[in-house]
Amino acid sequence: MNDSIYLSIQNSPRFKELVRKRERFAWILSAIMLGLYSAFILLIAYGPQVLGAKISPGASITWGIPLGVGLIVSAFVLTGIYVRRANGEFDDLNNAILKEAAQ
Amino acid sequence: MIRRLLAIFGASLFAPAVWAADALTGAVQKQPLNISAIVMFVAFVGATLCITYWASKRNKSAADYYAAGGKITGFQNGLAIAGDYMSAASFLGISALVYTSGYDGLIYSIGFLVGWPIILFLIAERLRNLGKYTFADVASYRLGQTQIRSLSACGSLVVVAFYLIAQMVGAGKLIQLLFGLDYHVAVILVGILMCMYVLFGGMLATTWVQIIKAVLLLSGASFMALMVMKHVNFDFNMLFSEAIKVHPKGEAIMSPGGLVKDPISAFSLGLALMFGTAGLPHILMRFFTVSDAKEARKSVLYATGFIGYFYILTFIIGFGAILLVSTNPAFKDAAGALLGGNNMAAVHLADAVGGSIFLGFISAVAFATILAVVAGLTLAGASAVSHDLYASVIKKGKTNDKDEIRVSKITTVALGALAIGLGILFESQNIAFMVGLAFSIAASCNFPVLLLSMYWKNLTTRGAMIGGWLGLISAVGLMILGPTIWVSILHHEKAIFPYEYPALFSMIIAFVGIWFFSITDKSAAAEKERALYFPQFVRSQTGLGASGAVNH
Repeated sequence: MNDSIYLSIQNSPRFKELVRKRERFAWILSAIMLGLYSAFILLIAYGPQVLGAKISPGASITWGIPLGVGLIVSAFVLTGIYVRRANGEFDDLNNAILKEAAQ
Repeated sequence: MIRRLLAIFGASLFAPAVWAADALTGAVQKQPLNISAIVMFVAFVGATLCITYWASKRNKSAADYYAAGGKITGFQNGLAIAGDYMSAASFLGISALVYTSGYDGLIYSIGFLVGWPIILFLIAERLRNLGKYTFADVASYRLGQTQIRSLSACGSLVVVAFYLIAQMVGAGKLIQLLFGLDYHVAVILVGILMCMYVLFGGMLATTWVQIIKAVLLLSGASFMALMVMKHVNFDFNMLFSEAIKVHPKGEAIMSPGGLVKDPISAFSLGLALMFGTAGLPHILMRFFTVSDAKEARKSVLYATGFIGYFYILTFIIGFGAILLVSTNPAFKDAAGALLGGNNMAAVHLADAVGGSIFLGFISAVAFATILAVVAGLTLAGASAVSHDLYASVIKKGKTNDKDEIRVSKITTVALGALAIGLGILFESQNIAFMVGLAFSIAASCNFPVLLLSMYWKNLTTRGAMIGGWLGLISAVGLMILGPTIWVSILHHEKAIFPYEYPALFSMIIAFVGIWFFSITDKSAAAEKERALYFPQFVRSQTGLGASGAVNH
């Protein structure tokens, strides 16, 4: 492993762009996931009656069910969004950086 | 609430004469059923031992042994990770939690799942780019090898031990119910089989056992959920309203109940489940079995999908058990408790919806599940000892593949013996609950050190050491002083630490400890470690220098 390669990558504007974009994207998605989950936990702790409320007067399904299942689905969707962008756009950028550094 | 659950659970265990007799008569009456279960189970064991044999022929290097040569695809790895997650403790424990408390089971499973996106966003690709076989490779990348690897290995071993207890207890109960075998015999059988997989097949066999089991379990659980839904004409409203009618808690099963008593417990459990996932050694190890960061990301996507789907099925299965099992006296003993305890709700439901052959199938799959998960855990524990403690700490990196694998195999046998011993010792604990404890420790020791080693430039060996040990000790200590061990096991009057889940406190202790002892570290070694952050950062981002596991 060659230190100068690391140094040149570290200083390359493309690398900085990749890091900035990817970190930002990852933190935003993490914040969304954490936010949703925290809201859910706070609801359990402080407003369990909200989750226990019936969806409609005649139904036995409570709001907790769609919210809970929705949280499971949102975890999958957020993961999908990240993988799509990371395996496409970010990986292309990454390959360009590595190619540039190898020269 | 949990104390009440445990009390109910404990009460059923303190009357062994009653239900052992019932289980025995049950076994006699259902003789043909037992044969089908045994045949299916033997078929599974036979097939997996063939895979183990095949894997043993292909395993040549340490990379093969620890990381399946890096040849596992994202999809396969996703299934295997999901398999690690869909343990018997989740399948039986969470469906039992839904069966006894309804909605609380969903809360528990959501906590397990939401850790996944976070792992992907913040950890997976950096981990894949920096590591080789164990997460300690990453944590100690630029820090003092001896200290950090000892810490990570201890963290791994404690987590593995707790997780193993949960699995062993589940195995013992299950076989007791299914085959009428003695609890101790069952635990010993599981211990021996798991050692076989790991000893001879390494990661390759362990992964394939996990994949096969994941497919079988997902199919079986899908069928059960489908039959439950068919019973209520595919109408969720009817499923819930029928359940409310027959459940002793009535409408309370549709809203959060007593799983979490207060905001602090809720938050602490949430943190443990979420960040504990990111500190489980047997899960983190799976990221080294794929070729690159791209495949690592795909594995998380597939894993999240399969796990989420599985938890939704478990929820339906739990409600199905309320409808079809709790109302059927054939599944209950004289006192009205479920045969074999509440953890058997899903197993009884299999009988109710699919008859004796399907009961045999689900029982065999549940047993296979335990085997596959304990094999993964054992491999993670054995690697922590051989790769981290032996090769890096004791031999200072001057060892060869052959010796390292030999140590790993000796450890595997030792872990097998330990698992059998602990499985017998902890017979009367709720199994889903034990997993929660393993997560608390993973979140308080492994996770903070791993995260900060990748994200925080100023981390030093001293900070990671002191903070990490503080996290580990406080998690274990608070657990011992808490209601779970202090009251339920040691039979003291009142718990010294009031909360069941220590994660909130022990994580804060770990992070503050790491931070404080890092920034106050002015030594020359610390400066060097900080300077090494940028090359590490470049590699973690781009994968430069991180060959596929194949080329190590």
